[in-house]
Amino acid sequence: MVREAVPLTEQAFSGKETKPVLPAVGNIAVKCTKCKEILYTRDWEKDLKVCSRCNHHFRLSAHERITLLVDSDSFVEMDADLTSTDPLHFITQPPSHPDQRTYAEKLEAEQRKTGLTDAVVRGHATIETMPLALAVMDFHFMGGSMGSVVGEKITRMIELGIERRFPVLVVCTSGGARMQEGLYALMQMAKTSAALAKLREAQIPYFSLLTDPTTGGVSASFAMLGDVILAEPGALICFTGPRVIEQFMHIKIPENAVNSEFVLQHGMIDAVVHRRDLRPTLAQLLRLYSLT
Amino acid sequence: MAYDLEFEKPLAELEKKIVNLQRKGERIKPEERFQLQEAEREVRRRTEEIYKNLTSWQTVLVARHKDRPYSLNYIKLMCEDFFELHGDRSFGDDHAIVAGPARLDNQTVMLVCQEKGRDMKEKQFRNLGLPHPEGYRKAERVMQQAEKFGMPIVCLIDTSGASVAMMDEERGQAEAIASILAVMSRLRVPIVATIIGEGGSGGALGIGVADRVLMLQHSIYSVAAPEAAASIIWRDSAYAQYAAEGMRVKAQEVYKLGLVDEIVPEPLGGAHRNYQQAASNLKEAIQKNLTDLKQLSVDELLERRYQKFRTIGKYTRLQASEMPTSSSITQA
Repeated sequence: MVREAVPLTEQAFSGKETKPVLPAVGNIAVKCTKCKEILYTRDWEKDLKVCSRCNHHFRLSAHERITLLVDSDSFVEMDADLTSTDPLHFITQPPSHPDQRTYAEKLEAEQRKTGLTDAVVRGHATIETMPLALAVMDFHFMGGSMGSVVGEKITRMIELGIERRFPVLVVCTSGGARMQEGLYALMQMAKTSAALAKLREAQIPYFSLLTDPTTGGVSASFAMLGDVILAEPGALICFTGPRVIEQFMHIKIPENAVNSEFVLQHGMIDAVVHRRDLRPTLAQLLRLYSLT
Repeated sequence: MAYDLEFEKPLAELEKKIVNLQRKGERIKPEERFQLQEAEREVRRRTEEIYKNLTSWQTVLVARHKDRPYSLNYIKLMCEDFFELHGDRSFGDDHAIVAGPARLDNQTVMLVCQEKGRDMKEKQFRNLGLPHPEGYRKAERVMQQAEKFGMPIVCLIDTSGASVAMMDEERGQAEAIASILAVMSRLRVPIVATIIGEGGSGGALGIGVADRVLMLQHSIYSVAAPEAAASIIWRDSAYAQYAAEGMRVKAQEVYKLGLVDEIVPEPLGGAHRNYQQAASNLKEAIQKNLTDLKQLSVDELLERRYQKFRTIGKYTRLQASEMPTSSSITQA
């Protein structure tokens, strides 16, 4: 499922399975997980982490994404310290399962791993000096899953848009609702959608950018409610992932069956935009939908 | 009605004894008559005891019981003059969602219900109660119609989730659900939704953004069907029982978390033991909530509905010293 860059260590050359991680500083090359092309890290980063051979868009962290999209130093982060309280006290574990960590322990490990407190970063910034409220999700934090914190931060960001009359942008990447927060997670779908309905009444534009992957409860709420919905090429975009469809329907789904191009073709989104064109495209939209 | 769930075994044995004694009819001996009465009392006592202490997984089994009353049963028992509306006016008609106006005592309400289907043929017809995108679009259409005519909306939720076939992706399942969530949050008429059996994932929430959310006593409400949740958390749907327990799916637990407004009591031994009683309890609860909601002005109604969902969520702020500092993922 995870399609990350594999650093070319000895292990990678020897053909043994390596744990997929983004390359650490000092790796001179990465292997594209899609076409297996070997890319110089320096070129790959200059290409905004897009494979120069097969156009595969690698996943970005929330902060990488912000650097990519907005004017430098214009981003003001808010609620960076908001964290989950494990509201269900989810400690249930099947005794035979190899991973015995509870939700609270997993949260802490994810925080250490990513340097984030949860799967979204929110605040306001400018693109070509035009202000906007934005929230950027991060797939590296528990699969970008939506619990109370993600729902709350996105709702507050929308409310900031209403209050200050800023256009609103959400960059989505998520496996869906966070199971360990149970119904609290499900209700974030209603909460964010209700806030967006208010934003709509206030006649403020909402742009949604879908990146790999956007699925489940996130796709069935704020991701699909954009006035303009953009997607990066080749991103998995669906309500139910191919793995689950295969499991429940007992049919084989071809690879890339439910990606950006598929949803564009079926009329669900407005455009598929290459990573290097994202900032100019967003600037164009901000100009066209400007609130003057 | 047979006792066919695993934990009902002691009840099944008592039931067998009762049936045997009853079969004797007039020829029953005095001491056997006494035994019969005793056994009947015992069955009632044990049922009460068992159903008071159902585990999460047992509740899931009761909520999915094959004889449990479905939406069409309740509609028939609670309402008069139901006229079913069909189709989303753009693609097709989904049979997992049954909608249309009906008389509930002396007012017209708009019903929007999920129906699983009883026998094999009907289950197929209704796609096991898993709605397609056109179902949510039909629901959205009739809800907007209800708003136009000032009819309160009554939703009955009973699904393990939205349909997940390839054709649902093609027709935009995610968009259909997202859209109805946003629309429901702003409808200018009262909405009462009740989970009558299973409330699973966005498929259930899709007709559940209501002013009042009720649950039948032995129903469940969860972020995903326990099997799906288990395969997400532990990559194996066989752990469904653990997921059900961890996610707190029982009506009593959901109520305790403050995520639903009211529990509607069921007849002894579950709604499937007495349809009439279950329906009259449900009708009474819906009536009462609709009456309450009618006292509110439209603006107040909308603000309260917004706040109801706006305030759901548990989070806290980390102290500066507890903040995660560096990331092991290198930034560009």
